[in-house]
Amino acid sequence: MTIYIDNKPYEVKPGKNLLEACLELGLNLPYFCWHPALGSVGACRQCAVKVFKDEDDKTGRLVMGCMEPVRDNLRLSIEDPGAKTFRDQVIGWLMTNHPHDCAVCDEGGSCHLQDMTVMTGHTYRNYRFSKRTFENQDLGPFISHEMNRCIQCYRCVRFYKDYAGGKDLNVFAAHNHVYFGRCENGTLESEFSGNLAEVCPTGVFTDKTLHSHYTRKWDMTWAPSVCQGCSLGCNTSAGERYGSLRQITNRYNGEVNGYFLCDRGRFGYEFVNSDQRILQAAIRPHYNGTTNKDHILEQVAQKVKNGRTIGIGSPRASLESNYALKLLVGEDNFYLGMSDTDHDHTSLALKILRDGPARTPSMQEAAKADVVFILGEDLTNTAPMLALAVRQAAQHKPESDAMGDIHVAAWQDAAVREAVQDKHGPVYIFHTVPTKLDELAEDIHRGAPEQLARLGFAIAQMLGADIVPVTGLSQEDAALAEKIAAALMTAEHPLIISGYGSGCDHMMKAAANIAWALQQKGRNPMLSLTLPEVNSMGLEILGGHRLDTALDVLRQGDADTVIVLENDLYRRADPHIIDEIFLHAQDVILIDHLYNRTAEKATVLLPAGTFAEADGTVVNNEGRAQRFYQVFVPKGDMQESWRWCLQIAEKAGITALQGLRNLDDIDLALTNGMPSLEPLQQLAPHAGFRINGQRIPREPHRYSGRTAILANENVSEPKPAEDVDTPLSFTMEGYRGEPPSPLIPFFWSPGWNSVQSVNKYQQEIGGHLHGGDPGIRLLEPHLNGGPHYFHEAPDTFVPIPGHVHIMPLYHIYGSEELSMYTPGIAQQAGEFCCLYLNPEDLAQWNIAPGNWVTIDLDHHACRLVATPNHWMPRGLGAVSAGMPHSPVVDLPVCVKLQA
Amino acid sequence: MFSLLRSMWLVFLHTFHKRETYQYPEEKAPLPARWRGRIALTRDPDGGERCVGCYLCAAACPVDCISLQATEAPDGRRYPSFFRINFSRCIFCGFCEEACPTYAIQLLPDFEMAEYDRQNLVYEKEDLLINSQGKYPGYNYYRVAGMAIEGKDKGEAQHEEPPVNIKSLLP
Repeated sequence: MTIYIDNKPYEVKPGKNLLEACLELGLNLPYFCWHPALGSVGACRQCAVKVFKDEDDKTGRLVMGCMEPVRDNLRLSIEDPGAKTFRDQVIGWLMTNHPHDCAVCDEGGSCHLQDMTVMTGHTYRNYRFSKRTFENQDLGPFISHEMNRCIQCYRCVRFYKDYAGGKDLNVFAAHNHVYFGRCENGTLESEFSGNLAEVCPTGVFTDKTLHSHYTRKWDMTWAPSVCQGCSLGCNTSAGERYGSLRQITNRYNGEVNGYFLCDRGRFGYEFVNSDQRILQAAIRPHYNGTTNKDHILEQVAQKVKNGRTIGIGSPRASLESNYALKLLVGEDNFYLGMSDTDHDHTSLALKILRDGPARTPSMQEAAKADVVFILGEDLTNTAPMLALAVRQAAQHKPESDAMGDIHVAAWQDAAVREAVQDKHGPVYIFHTVPTKLDELAEDIHRGAPEQLARLGFAIAQMLGADIVPVTGLSQEDAALAEKIAAALMTAEHPLIISGYGSGCDHMMKAAANIAWALQQKGRNPMLSLTLPEVNSMGLEILGGHRLDTALDVLRQGDADTVIVLENDLYRRADPHIIDEIFLHAQDVILIDHLYNRTAEKATVLLPAGTFAEADGTVVNNEGRAQRFYQVFVPKGDMQESWRWCLQIAEKAGITALQGLRNLDDIDLALTNGMPSLEPLQQLAPHAGFRINGQRIPREPHRYSGRTAILANENVSEPKPAEDVDTPLSFTMEGYRGEPPSPLIPFFWSPGWNSVQSVNKYQQEIGGHLHGGDPGIRLLEPHLNGGPHYFHEAPDTFVPIPGHVHIMPLYHIYGSEELSMYTPGIAQQAGEFCCLYLNPEDLAQWNIAPGNWVTIDLDHHACRLVATPNHWMPRGLGAVSAGMPHSPVVDLPVCVKLQA
Repeated sequence: MFSLLRSMWLVFLHTFHKRETYQYPEEKAPLPARWRGRIALTRDPDGGERCVGCYLCAAACPVDCISLQATEAPDGRRYPSFFRINFSRCIFCGFCEEACPTYAIQLLPDFEMAEYDRQNLVYEKEDLLINSQGKYPGYNYYRVAGMAIEGKDKGEAQHEEPPVNIKSLLP
């Protein structure tokens, strides 16, 4: 439909509001309380425009742009003097109490309030009286609080409570005293609290980790990156200054993470700045005390040349690094650096998604589901952003009902919420222990993972899957299964979620059966499977041998040298197994970035770049390949792991890697070697890509201090580093327009310094980026032929006398290796060394709660603290997975228990 | 011919005028107070560093010769952990002084900074920080800004009301 803005006709999509329409057209209209993901409430009165009855109407009336839907032939004016004065006065009032502290405010330079104040022209304060002040609160290690700056837009509580389901941030007091905070000091409980720093239009909530090494947005070197925290692969922008990583911000991707990130992703970056980083290549024992890189490479090449070398890859290393290692040691000598359980789960997930007929959704698609069935997964802890998507999906049905009943648009946030109240769409959760999403669930079922999977199989059978019938279900269970099956059948977009979280692969099989059965019935199911790590899927697609077979090869003496790629082996198998690998291997060459337990025992250390110092590609749980780019050039010998492999290969004369020099070369070799990865060639522009002959600058145009940063070392400025791998430059020179979507280092637009400038990069508000969202899906469902169902449901879980079956419990803070180097995350990590057991089991074995118990792990005794947990079924125990120095690594496991 | 003689006469008359040339360096020229010369970091009336590390001087600098790192002292005051000006690049435009919201960075009437070695023109914070309020005596940023620091709590700055009691509903 056509609307006229300042007498110029524009084509807009129906169903939008005037503010969205104006922003989509690239026009500047200030706003505060509106947020593309949160909708409109019309509270701040900042987006006022004049709307005219017809062509002859010269008076018009003021309306709030965010509350007025577009109509055909609507005439409005942004530039009308009346509307302009109104906006100027409104911001004048909003600013009456704003403190005089931009200079010491962390938001300054990326502040929506600053931008909007300049946009309205309110440059001088007219208010001369005293200002209201507030006491601040301590909100924990991630978020700083400075209430004086508040302009009462309510976006924080609308995000925190309404969108993310948080409970502990609220609005207090009345009239001009309203206060946004907790009822008392304390760490914000939500896993999405970091988004407050971006949602808040000013500096009330700011990033506390940034504060500890504060740098303005304009002073950072940015690069498009991908979060390394879990398998979802949220897009981030990483910023560096003076050689250390300073901040992670959200990088909008209309298919993956949208506008938000979880706290593990946002704050878990500090391992890059850790003092545990390996900075120089080293060899043990030292030769004359030197650590000459060439000399060490020569030594490594000698070892590799002998041909008795095996390579161990890593799910936290890029596709390129894993592939380079695979070629370096030879395909037959490449082992997947995953625990055997992780490998089983990942290969199963790959098989289900590649060979099965059900489609796996992107996260934004998942958020549009109308029925959600979560099978054995605590999403908040294993895939936090997917939990946020489920929260949106749970709102979906009551919202669309409300829109039908009271005829309001989806963006009319207050009206929709009033109609919805606390109704939820159908969500069903099967998990052994309570999860944070339980509050949304219509039905919850608890029990041992095998029991839950059996019920999942029963549901699949009720939906018509051709499998062995599940017998011995109680009447209640059967009724629940019927109910869920019926709900899934009536849904338009049912979403079934499972994954590695319970350590039971039958969960994924049951989920796949259900999704496939729905597909056979002509439904349109979505199947989402979580995976352990950022590139688990990519590594599995590359393929390799299991980790336990590496030990056999070393034991038999078929190999004597091991190259370990970005991996702490002590997190992949129980310590005694890894100790044996080190015992049998003559040399262990570690290419990694942190000095961990594996590094302590390695004979050669080669410093790898983290995601901030390397380029590479990772594949998320959806099978979406995404490129992350080097942010800065580190000091020392650090470089990409794949570059180490290339340099070793050159010295050793390995033909498979001859002539490869940069990222494009290795990606070409990768797609030639693996035709299924052919789409990677279209993933992002190649290194030779230029716009008007120019590179894309990583630094904003107002980057400061070029001629002073290194002047203390030498007053003559060094030549800036050149990037041979990508079309990005490490300087502020280059093309200043909008880059292609995979290459956007940071969001900025004239007059829009804050992250809200993302609206200038979108095809429509909340939609895809110009030119399509970055990332390419490698896995599409296999629609030809019927599904090959998993026929056998697992046997009923029966406790074994004297034994305990231990399942893993994952935690958002603690279970992931790298984020634990962030002090705030380590501080919030849960208890480790606890063995959770049913209190009745404890009583039966005469174990007092809190006492140490010994378990027998392959004849190696481990000690854990017995902790009662009444959610555990009899005979089942649980241990926090992935915690540092955890004695039990490969979970689940069945062990003998001694009091 | 006449103009030639007239010029010679005028030049001759100048022999008896007051001399305009300063015999520098023996004799120093009086510089106006707003002369844009050597850059210094000044202090508050209470002796604290005025610079809060807001990075505006660095952003305003057209030759990008200022680099610093902001940090926070235990008492809540922000200050630069290092502050470097590369005077071999500085063009003494005074934009940094204009941009400074706390009157910390000031250009002083002093131009005698020449060095034989260019490296010596790199000034660190120790070289820049002076024990004076410079041209703006009496100004104390933290008494104006709303941020609480040790010795000045919320509501104690100029034009501030005492902190709100959020449990009260009274107007």
